[in-house]
Amino acid sequence: MGISASMLSQFTAVGSPVVPGTRMRDVDVAIKKRMSDVALNAARAKGATYTDVRLGRYLNEFVTTRDKNIENIVDTESYGMGIRVIANGCWGFAATDKLDNDSIARAAETAVAIAKENSRIQTEPVQLAPQKGYGEVTWKTPIERNAFEVPMKEKTDLLLSVNDAAFKNGANYVNSVLFMVNEQKYFASTDGSYIDQDIHRIWPVFGVTKIDEKSGKFETRSSLSAPRGMGYEYLMPKASEKIKSQTTLYRDRYDMLEDAGAAALQAAEKLKAKSVEPGKYDLVLDPSHLWLTIHESVGHPSELDRVLGYEANFAGTSFLTLDKWKSGKFNFGSKNVNIVADKLQPGSLGAVGYDDEGVGTKQWDIIKDGILVNYQAIRDQAHIIGLKESQGCCYSQSWKDVQFQRMPNISLQPGKEKMSPADMIKNVEKGIYIIGDSSFSIDQQRYNFQFSGQLYYEIKNGKIVGMLNDVAYQANTQEFWNACSAVCDKDDYRLGGSFFDGKGQPMQASAVSHGSSTARFNGVNVINTARKI
Amino acid sequence: MAILTENECRTLLKKVLSYSKADECQVSIYSSDSANVRFARNNISTSGAISSSSMAISSAFGKKMGVITLNDYSDESIQKAVKRSEELAQFAPENPEYMPMLGPQTYPAHGQTYVPATAAITPAQRSKMVEDSLNVSKQNKLTAAGFLQDSAASSAMMNSKGLFVYNSGTNVNFSATMRTADGQGSGYVTKDYNDVSKVDINAFSLIAAKKAAGSVGAKAIEPGKYTVILEPAAGIVLLEQLYGSLDARSADEGRSFLSKPGGKTRLGEKLVDERVNIYSDPTNPDLPATTYDGEGMPLDKRSLIEKGVIKNLSYSRYWAQKKGVKPVPEAANIIMEGGTQSLEDLIKGTEKGILVTRLWYIRPVDPQTLLYTGLTRDGTFYIENGQIKFPIKNMRFNESPVIMLNNLDALGKTERTVSGESSQSALIPPMRIRDFTFSSLSDAV
Repeated sequence: MGISASMLSQFTAVGSPVVPGTRMRDVDVAIKKRMSDVALNAARAKGATYTDVRLGRYLNEFVTTRDKNIENIVDTESYGMGIRVIANGCWGFAATDKLDNDSIARAAETAVAIAKENSRIQTEPVQLAPQKGYGEVTWKTPIERNAFEVPMKEKTDLLLSVNDAAFKNGANYVNSVLFMVNEQKYFASTDGSYIDQDIHRIWPVFGVTKIDEKSGKFETRSSLSAPRGMGYEYLMPKASEKIKSQTTLYRDRYDMLEDAGAAALQAAEKLKAKSVEPGKYDLVLDPSHLWLTIHESVGHPSELDRVLGYEANFAGTSFLTLDKWKSGKFNFGSKNVNIVADKLQPGSLGAVGYDDEGVGTKQWDIIKDGILVNYQAIRDQAHIIGLKESQGCCYSQSWKDVQFQRMPNISLQPGKEKMSPADMIKNVEKGIYIIGDSSFSIDQQRYNFQFSGQLYYEIKNGKIVGMLNDVAYQANTQEFWNACSAVCDKDDYRLGGSFFDGKGQPMQASAVSHGSSTARFNGVNVINTARKI
Repeated sequence: MAILTENECRTLLKKVLSYSKADECQVSIYSSDSANVRFARNNISTSGAISSSSMAISSAFGKKMGVITLNDYSDESIQKAVKRSEELAQFAPENPEYMPMLGPQTYPAHGQTYVPATAAITPAQRSKMVEDSLNVSKQNKLTAAGFLQDSAASSAMMNSKGLFVYNSGTNVNFSATMRTADGQGSGYVTKDYNDVSKVDINAFSLIAAKKAAGSVGAKAIEPGKYTVILEPAAGIVLLEQLYGSLDARSADEGRSFLSKPGGKTRLGEKLVDERVNIYSDPTNPDLPATTYDGEGMPLDKRSLIEKGVIKNLSYSRYWAQKKGVKPVPEAANIIMEGGTQSLEDLIKGTEKGILVTRLWYIRPVDPQTLLYTGLTRDGTFYIENGQIKFPIKNMRFNESPVIMLNNLDALGKTERTVSGESSQSALIPPMRIRDFTFSSLSDAV
């Protein structure tokens, strides 16, 4: 973890503006290059045939509230270097936070020694897809307002106002958090790249609880925000970025106050909502919910490392085996299902200029008209699916973890015909409209899943007739996506996502977005989750 | 590079405090040396060595606090960080729930958490251990994926009120999944110890190999309620949802499965079968644990559930003060008492049931009932008349650990296991449970 001690040095009194550019340690790019060259040269001298270096400064800021109080303000910074080498056809990695020349050289030598030791039992030498060196280049998340430079008072005032908005509407408890990330990453490799990137993310969240003391029951409603690759501008509401539905939904600007007020009323409504009758329903899934279903049932199974067995011991393998892809006919979903992978989409969590092995980012199809057409690959996998270059999906959560294949943005493309969620609901005879994400679970090959949401609305004969509770749906991935009968148009398209996609051993978190418009899935099995203890 | 010793921590933390101008200042530090090897497709995939450290500085003025973490311990960096934590604190709104920092504490004797032989594992030893596992896989015509990680770490805390505590520990963790060439069988093993001499890679790998071969040709059975035997690696992932939720504040506030109508709680009430005894003890030789929590409170031996009764809930220092009780920190580790039967004995005593060796992707469904969902994985078997009859296809469950422990049928011998979900270790017995609820079939192997 890292710290954004950055702006804090200028705080002298409550509400003092922060002077930008007072970070604890801004390292000149020429120094970063020199430090990286120490590692590249040391590894080469010990026999490495390829080396890459990631000199990273990772900054986080958390502002946490509980009810009427600011519970915590935490700034973290972590700075260090990860060195990855190939020697004798085998990967080796070492990381250090001692950044003098001797320590860097020693870490490089350790990485080579590990690779050589392990090459003794290696039968499949690493094959690295060629990558041209970019020379000295830079990339920065296109933010309008750096969240780390926003006065702390503005952030604490916002969160306390959010909590107040929920209390005014009857909430019993409210927690809210602002989570801000800045990755300052310098990458260098023996391919001749020296890449300096400045990456920003933000995630405002809250949870509202309403209690019925008489019955002892309680309900919660979480925020309908999305984590974004944006600056503080995400928290500046705009009427044009709102969609009116059963509750207000948000595109590229989030109105946290409005959502918290609505959440308190809806948590109370959930306490009185009808318990769902189990059975088959047509589901109308809002993007604030559908992103997670896309993530689990499309994003993970199309990761090539899972397909090949590299994650068999932890995250699992995949039902999207190579034979299905090679056939060119594997019917993943209905014709309405077009899924695109990308690391470019502005405002998304996946958007970077270059991945963590120095590959420029791009966009490609995963599912085209319902057919599986591609995977997500990095440099040492590209040859397996006949690619001449990596798709740029390599990422590490910090300087001290080794980079590996991580999910790019994986998004369902909007429908081509004009259709709003209201138009979609009009045609549903017996259905449930689900907003927001909640419980999620899927098997290790990504066949069987179960999901819940924040808000469930019963649809009868084209009309919403009231709120439901105790809803979860279960399905098989292929059956589910083949039941996708309609997708709303681009006006409804929104991003969801997470900072915390976990994979690998030791487990690493990765931030990823998933876009979609509201989509309809026919005849999905819904269970009732109410139990008694 | 070596982890920080007690003397090094003491010297460094004293220096940090010497820069403090706050009313109260607390500094904690963590340093670790770890190395790992991942393997897959019967080959090594990645391998690395990581040396790192992190320090957190908490400064407080009155009831206002700011926290900074850093990993650069140069004088200049530390001085700046202390100053910034103070600026942050002065800026922060007052937190009425802030509790003054603790003075010197008495901690339980540190168990055998640190084993020099584990700290001294070399790349060659690591490579040999993985080679041993790959040999088992290849000899059995299987494909192995797995992970071996060893680490040495130390942590310390010091504050301006005179508190100081230091812990150190080592750990070695091994897990492997072996799959048949046709992808129709899969077996898993996971073990972790403080002491590398307890690691028998060959024996562990054979467990995974046997389950892989035995799970080929799985039959589908109708989902529903079944008697299950949960091996410790399966049971821990549901039990940790229960013992991790024994919190007084959420219960008192009415937003926990332990809450009752009218603002009451289930503390002191019998919640599960009377044979359930769960406690923590950081000095247990089979599961030595850290002796202090994040605020520097000592972690002592403590009962959580005794004869099925909720004996203790954790109370933060603030909540304890508000409720007029003693603070109770979270448990240092988890030990569930077992019986005398082996896993084989439990199988022999089962007329009809299912042996579950691993549960996976555990997620909360309803906090009101502590309902969780997840799936079986890597070897699930049907038992009839005391014998394993055939492998069965994996299934999704929807079950509450509270309901599960009310339906307890028998307990086996307690053993150390590690959660595939949280990576936390515990001493857990195999359990036979009646009426465990499976809700759908999975095609996953």
